[in-house]
Amino acid sequence: MIRVELPAHLRSLAKVPGEVQLEVQRPVTQRSVLDSLEERYPILRGTIRDHVTLQRRPFLRFFACSEDWSHESPDAPLPEAVATGQEPLLIVGAIAGG
Amino acid sequence: MSGVRVLVGTRKGAFILTSDGMREKWDVSGPHFGGWDIYHMKGSPADPNRLYASQTSGWFGQMMQRSNDGGKTWEAVGNKFAYEGIPGTHQWYDGTPHPWEFKRVWHLEPSLDDPDTVYAGAEDAALFQSTDGGHNWLELPGLRGHGSGPEWQPGAGGMCLHTIILDPADRKRIYIAISAAGAFRTDDAGITWKPINQGLRSQYIPDPTAEVGHCVHHVAMHKSRPETLFMQKHWDVMRSNDAGDSWHEVSGNLPTDFGFVIDVHAHEPETIYVVPIKSDSEHYPPDGKLRVYRSRSGGNEWEPLTKGLPQSDCYVNVLRDAMAVDSLDSCGVYFGTTGGQVYASPDAGNNWSPIVRDLPAVVSVEVQTLA
Repeated sequence: MIRVELPAHLRSLAKVPGEVQLEVQRPVTQRSVLDSLEERYPILRGTIRDHVTLQRRPFLRFFACSEDWSHESPDAPLPEAVATGQEPLLIVGAIAGG
Repeated sequence: MSGVRVLVGTRKGAFILTSDGMREKWDVSGPHFGGWDIYHMKGSPADPNRLYASQTSGWFGQMMQRSNDGGKTWEAVGNKFAYEGIPGTHQWYDGTPHPWEFKRVWHLEPSLDDPDTVYAGAEDAALFQSTDGGHNWLELPGLRGHGSGPEWQPGAGGMCLHTIILDPADRKRIYIAISAAGAFRTDDAGITWKPINQGLRSQYIPDPTAEVGHCVHHVAMHKSRPETLFMQKHWDVMRSNDAGDSWHEVSGNLPTDFGFVIDVHAHEPETIYVVPIKSDSEHYPPDGKLRVYRSRSGGNEWEPLTKGLPQSDCYVNVLRDAMAVDSLDSCGVYFGTTGGQVYASPDAGNNWSPIVRDLPAVVSVEVQTLA
């Protein structure tokens, strides 16, 4: 079971109170996690990555096991601790704006 | 009992203000979508309970919301806005080619006849249409595909398609305006478009009378005279009597002809309203006095309307989509400010009072007159 933490606004959109848990086939990658997340919560399509290009939105970052995975390949395997559900994949909004 | 519903989009959510026909006591509902930019909300003329809202965020992109009960409840509908074909390029601020990139929807214009049909004006400039209540959006690519497209440049606020006017007398005619490309018209329901900027003069572009490149801020029309258009340009208030084929200036005695909003009285097609703003580098009213100017002659002769509006130390702006009128017997006029006030006049502008004073910065105001 994969654990994903979403920014507050996306939790509101998806109507989830806290951490999201997903079944994801291995290899567990950013792409496979986001595919699974969007399949379960279609309202999140386009909010984390662009609809057309599938590029990460620039004001969002992906963190796992205290490391920034934002610039890694979306097909790179995430750390084993994320794949086993010990650690969550954090989707973090930039601290910016008013 | 008749009434009005005022739809207010702000930088941090949507608010719905309702009143009976007296327009003295108001109920305030909101914030809806708290924390999100609500660029625009508008109701369907064919079904007043059908509302659309453009919800957007620099972090999370575009959402589109729909209500079937006048804004009591909302459902997210489609948020995929993909340009038709290979997007191509427009000019960037420095004149270099820049790829078309969808950023947000600035304006929603529901069909006059069908609640499920709605147009969306986008940044980077393009016109989209949904015919299934907002679930799916398709571009009308003839506009962006106009030969002048690669020459369009963004204004300071982005290259936004911010005005959409549907001609009530000719369902195939649509007017749109883009900052900073200018105004365009289609006479074949969006297949082909022509720039309608003849007569505009913009000193800030290399050729002040160019076919495109004008920073049009807003355009308004009275439904009984669909060939008469009024425009607030970056500088200059303009008028066209021939569906935009030619324009002439009607700024007349305004204290400044810079501004964003323009609108037309619901029952008097020659009575128009603007809010003069000091300059493009000082986005606030002249002399710290918030004044709506009204012309009863279709332009040129203007009178300041000040009763109930702050006449000292006022430095708010009134953005391009933030003025609207109701169609009650005594026409109501409404506008919102970047200071979070929404002012209403139940008597065509003679007297004003704030409905609310402390909302987030107001981006858009629309009004529904309810039976």
